[in-house]
Amino acid sequence: MAALETAATSVPEDSFVSDASLRPAFFEWLCRMGDNALILGHRTSEWCGHGPVLEEDIALANTALDLIGHTQMWLGLAGEVEGEGRDADKLAYLRDAMKFRNLLLVELPKGDMAVTMMREFLFDAFHYHLLTWLADNSKSPRVAEIAAKALKEVSYHLDRASDLVVRLGDGTEESHRRMQDALDLLWAYSGEMFVGDEVDAAMTQAGIAPDLESLRGEWETTVRDVLKEATLAMPAEAGFVHKGGKQGRHTEHLGFILAEMQFLQRAYPGASW
Amino acid sequence: MSTTLHPAPDEVWDWLSEVPDPEIPVVSVTELGIVRDVSYDGDTLVVAVTPTYSGCPATAVIDMMIEDKLREKGLDNLRLERRLSPPWSTDWVTEEAREKLKQFGIAPPVDGTASTGMSAKAARLSGESGLTVACPRCGSKNTERVSQFGSTPCKAAWRCKDCLEPFDYFKCI
Repeated sequence: MAALETAATSVPEDSFVSDASLRPAFFEWLCRMGDNALILGHRTSEWCGHGPVLEEDIALANTALDLIGHTQMWLGLAGEVEGEGRDADKLAYLRDAMKFRNLLLVELPKGDMAVTMMREFLFDAFHYHLLTWLADNSKSPRVAEIAAKALKEVSYHLDRASDLVVRLGDGTEESHRRMQDALDLLWAYSGEMFVGDEVDAAMTQAGIAPDLESLRGEWETTVRDVLKEATLAMPAEAGFVHKGGKQGRHTEHLGFILAEMQFLQRAYPGASW
Repeated sequence: MSTTLHPAPDEVWDWLSEVPDPEIPVVSVTELGIVRDVSYDGDTLVVAVTPTYSGCPATAVIDMMIEDKLREKGLDNLRLERRLSPPWSTDWVTEEAREKLKQFGIAPPVDGTASTGMSAKAARLSGESGLTVACPRCGSKNTERVSQFGSTPCKAAWRCKDCLEPFDYFKCI
């Protein structure tokens, strides 16, 4: 290793980071934030070299890069809170599927461009409202500063995804059909974003994170506006919700992602360059 | 020996102004506004650097180049810190740097046009992008965006409809 010491010490005081009673919930919550970014980032990166046109290929790769950057910040803080010597790399590469805390929505296969862009859009709209709350209101200065940084990039993602949902939804007969199919497929997975559990309750209680249910209204408004412009039919509310990812109960797809993503560190432990 | 070397922070800032951005070498890291602070923690020189984009791969290279420059000046006792807050803004890119970007073929950021998450909708409703970018080659404002992203996360791909030159636009963030 180089002697270079790039420690995250230029950071604001934050008593939550060393609060032992909050530690298990805070660690879990930070893993959820990091794992959503990591798994969606990985799925998005699968388009690199396979995009339908060069510009989209580059745009998706750059979006993935932003998400991997967010992962490093969230999982980095998670490791710090846990205090057991795990950094962002160890958390990303050396946990098994059941230890991952991402939403099921982000681990689904990338599908066609319709599925990819519709998923980005549904998640970006949630991500945008969540990060806005965290940047403005979180009582944890460390969480607020990560959120403020990520929000700048996620605002751009939401703009881009909204634009494409409208162009493809209100595009050709074929693109419209594919976008509607994608929406119908993904809708039942979007509800998990707003289903809180005891971890979320502890974060809300501490003033670190919002009550997830309180974000639903803004999210629905954002989504409804864009879908309407895209001439897409919003599925009926309150249908069946696929959930469990946040607690480590995943679809069969996550294992395949990890098999590829973690291969190098599993086969050659500690490898670096 | 060199651990006792204590150059004034102003002198260190001058040295850092010689460190180029690895991807846009015509501008320095200080002109980009990513060096946030130079100070001493006891005998240790501490340089606080903020990332442009959170996943930008140049960040690690920039840290290495800053360290190399300071070691070359005889400083051994130093530490680089990552500072996230306040998040980097293109408002911090200096006037000189904007001119250099233009000479290099990159349209500089248009201040006040950062994405809000709702900008796309406003643009669609008005039927205009809400953003006018001058071609760095011929100066024409008859230009169009080709893609939201360019060769790096900090840029977007644009094209001049007069001189037909494709060019990078340094996005406002």
